[in-house]
Amino acid sequence: MNIKANVVGWEDICAATDIVRGTGAAARVSGMQVAVFHTDDGFFALGNYDPFSDANVLARGIVGDIGGKLVVASPVYKQHFCLHTGICLEDMSVSVPVWPVTVRDGRILIAAQPAAA
Amino acid sequence: MSRPELVIIGNGMVGQSLLEALVAVDHGYNITVFCEEPRPAYDRVQLSSWFSGSTTEDLALTTTAFFDEHGITLRLGERVERIDREAGTVVSSNGDTLPYDKLVLATGSYPFVPPIPGNDQPHCLVYRTIEDLEAIRDSAAESKRGVVIGGGLLGLEAAKALKDLGLDTHVVEFAPRLMAVQLDEGGARLLRRKIEALGVQVHTSKATQQIVAGDACRYRLEFADGESLDTDMVLFSAGIRPADALAREAGLEVGERGGVVIDNRCCTSDPSIFAIGEVALWSGRIYGLVAPGYEMARICAAHLTGDTARGFEGADMSTKLKLLGVEVGSIGDAHGMTPGATSCVFEDGPAGIYKKLVIDESGKKLLGAVLVGDTADYGMLLQYCLNDMKLPEQAASLILPAGADKPALGVDALPDTAQICSCNNVSKGDLCGAIASGCTTVGGLKSETKAASTCGGCAALVKQVLDAELVRQGIEVNNHVCEHFAYSRQELYHLVRVHGIRTFDELLAQFGQGRGCDLCKPTVASILASCWNEFLLKPEHAGLQDTNDYFLANLQKDGTYSVVPRVPGGEITPQKLIVIGEVAQKYDLYTKITGGQRIDMFGARVEQLPLIWGELIEAGFESGHAYGKSLRTVKSCVGSTWCRYGVQDSVAMAIFVEQRYRGLRSPHKLKMAVSGCTRECAEAQSKDVGVIATEKGWNLYVCGNGGMRPRHAELFASDLDDQTLIRYIDRFLMFYIQTADRLQRTSVWRDNLEGGLEYLQDVIIHDSLGIAEELETQMQAVVDTYVCEWKRTVEDAEAVKRFNAFVNDDTPDEHIVYVRERGQKRPARPEEKKGEPA
Repeated sequence: MNIKANVVGWEDICAATDIVRGTGAAARVSGMQVAVFHTDDGFFALGNYDPFSDANVLARGIVGDIGGKLVVASPVYKQHFCLHTGICLEDMSVSVPVWPVTVRDGRILIAAQPAAA
Repeated sequence: MSRPELVIIGNGMVGQSLLEALVAVDHGYNITVFCEEPRPAYDRVQLSSWFSGSTTEDLALTTTAFFDEHGITLRLGERVERIDREAGTVVSSNGDTLPYDKLVLATGSYPFVPPIPGNDQPHCLVYRTIEDLEAIRDSAAESKRGVVIGGGLLGLEAAKALKDLGLDTHVVEFAPRLMAVQLDEGGARLLRRKIEALGVQVHTSKATQQIVAGDACRYRLEFADGESLDTDMVLFSAGIRPADALAREAGLEVGERGGVVIDNRCCTSDPSIFAIGEVALWSGRIYGLVAPGYEMARICAAHLTGDTARGFEGADMSTKLKLLGVEVGSIGDAHGMTPGATSCVFEDGPAGIYKKLVIDESGKKLLGAVLVGDTADYGMLLQYCLNDMKLPEQAASLILPAGADKPALGVDALPDTAQICSCNNVSKGDLCGAIASGCTTVGGLKSETKAASTCGGCAALVKQVLDAELVRQGIEVNNHVCEHFAYSRQELYHLVRVHGIRTFDELLAQFGQGRGCDLCKPTVASILASCWNEFLLKPEHAGLQDTNDYFLANLQKDGTYSVVPRVPGGEITPQKLIVIGEVAQKYDLYTKITGGQRIDMFGARVEQLPLIWGELIEAGFESGHAYGKSLRTVKSCVGSTWCRYGVQDSVAMAIFVEQRYRGLRSPHKLKMAVSGCTRECAEAQSKDVGVIATEKGWNLYVCGNGGMRPRHAELFASDLDDQTLIRYIDRFLMFYIQTADRLQRTSVWRDNLEGGLEYLQDVIIHDSLGIAEELETQMQAVVDTYVCEWKRTVEDAEAVKRFNAFVNDDTPDEHIVYVRERGQKRPARPEEKKGEPA
């Protein structure tokens, strides 16, 4: 499923070069905190809020892959969240929202609303 | 209801072991311990190390704090003069009368001094207590030659002491050979040759008749055969006698040649009185070794607390030890006294190795063995002997040099009941149980079962049982860092070094797979930093860092960070203290003094970190690396500059050490301390690297830690000068960095090193691997390239940008909320935050 197909409005966040490859950064999108990641497989955006630690920190996690799934590890208690779905690998009943991201003319654009779960 | 009174007479190794067994269970007694010596239990087995650098504190097995903690009354320097069995009381040398419901005699033994005329003169000494050692040291200071009377195990230990004191050392033995109890003719002959090669003269078949005034020396020993030997001091070490006088006077049953008779419960002829250790006579035998004493202590404790399941069943007297540097082992029937016994002998004169097997009539079972010069086979042979295992076809192959088709002992063949560690009574079954429940390393087994944690003699066997059991249980152990690298941390380290790899991407492309993860990325980042020491936040390294290293601060539960400037050695000027106070006040940071003699400032948001550090650096502070797997602090006491007792300048040394190793990335955090005297106020023995001043220089301790499993550091080298101390620490740290696993503290690393401390000393001190120079060079490279990460960061506009709260917005995170408590802020609890949007 292409989650970008149904996006109504995009918000311009920053230049693609503002986020160092292999790291993440926090951004505000329509009043919500979003964690934006620049990976070898492109850009991803999840909610910045870590439900396990009750803190806005996911942008500061290390990205990578576990068993073929692209993930970010919470910097607090190290749970892994899938970059595509937001689902926690350690506890599938927990997930964080996912935002569609695209890059246009060297700018990172994020959908104004998270994708429907 | 009042608790029953338990009185224990004696606080030697066995007496202390009884206390430890008691406090481990709910014993229900009021315990009083009489200790005739001026200090509680210490390690008598290691006495001779007192002359080669160990202090009285090193030998201590307990402290008065142990007694306080467990509510045990310790009467130090107080004897029991009399036991009144009818009244159920003991009378002490202070004149106190104490009632007992149960009484334990752990009075040990005293040295036997042969009834030789002249044996009571000054400089005629014995070897058993710390006071004896002090007398020996004082006498040696006024002597050139010393004679030990007695060529048994203890006599040779005593000879080592005299040799360490620089005396011309002689050993006089009544029997025709050394260690007559444990060794046969051939073994004793080789031992004698080796000892004489070390400069200790051995005189056998000598009966000393009197000690008279000498010509060349203070005294002269006159022997029955008409010969004589001049000496300045005489040390009697001709055996021990049970200290059973109290029991005799109280009318307890004692043996013909002494010793308080006990049954399998360690109970004497009076059901209220127990006896354990060297004073006890069980089945006509006195056990002069510590392991049987420990077993008696365990049995006694069990029976005192109502657990009557087990009894004392005798003990094996096999021994393995190093005498004057010569390895000696004796197993079972070493003399071949069993009817029909035959033997086979391997002797390599030039190499100085002698081995003998004593085999039963059928040729199938091992009855005993003698090993001199090489005891590597000891553990294996002991198991054959203790478990009645069938010998291989060619039994002699068991003692041939390795390689010559030498059969390995199939540990699979051992029964579960086979005792692997005799010091702590750990069976093969105990080990297998621990392995099944998840212990898959030697270090893990040591802390779980205590096997190999006392004398270490069984370490090789423990490893074999572990390996065999893992295979048998089908447990695959790999120490691969994660799914992206089929290598251990040590292997990755070598790949990085050998191939000159500078980035994670390079390493992953050449030796890994996938994208990497939060295990391998920080591990590789640390290895790269240890090897090349580049700036952590260079774009190619930034994404590898844990958040602490990424923001160069410690993440706290609410997503803010704490800031710890370096305070080398814990020394700080009032002006700098004021700056810390001002910065903390300006940014409203919660402040707390750390255990490492620094000040921690909590509650800084990411975007505040560069501002805070800008001010700290301006005032002359630098990063404290509290966030890194790296050197934290070097704690110190004030040392000789101020302290009345200090013997070296511990603060200056601590500052030097801290500045040398600051920023060094390692497999786990590193803590160090320097104490200015033996009082050890800096608690150096709880650190990875501990330095304690001596009159002559520094003692170096390694591999200690506090935390969840506290562990004392071990004495690594003594009386070092400044340069040697630093060289050893350089080598030690680099070797640790090269070989340890991810997140493995030095203590666990050391527990998993085959060969343990001795191996580590060989590598670091004696350069057995020939890598000392390389280790020093690598360390020097790190030292030379040190740059304060925070200074570098605040000067780098690109790096500072990454600390912005949001990439597209400057307002702080509204979810970070504080309340005030005791005059400072603290994170609000969830219920205090209610109503605020997530």
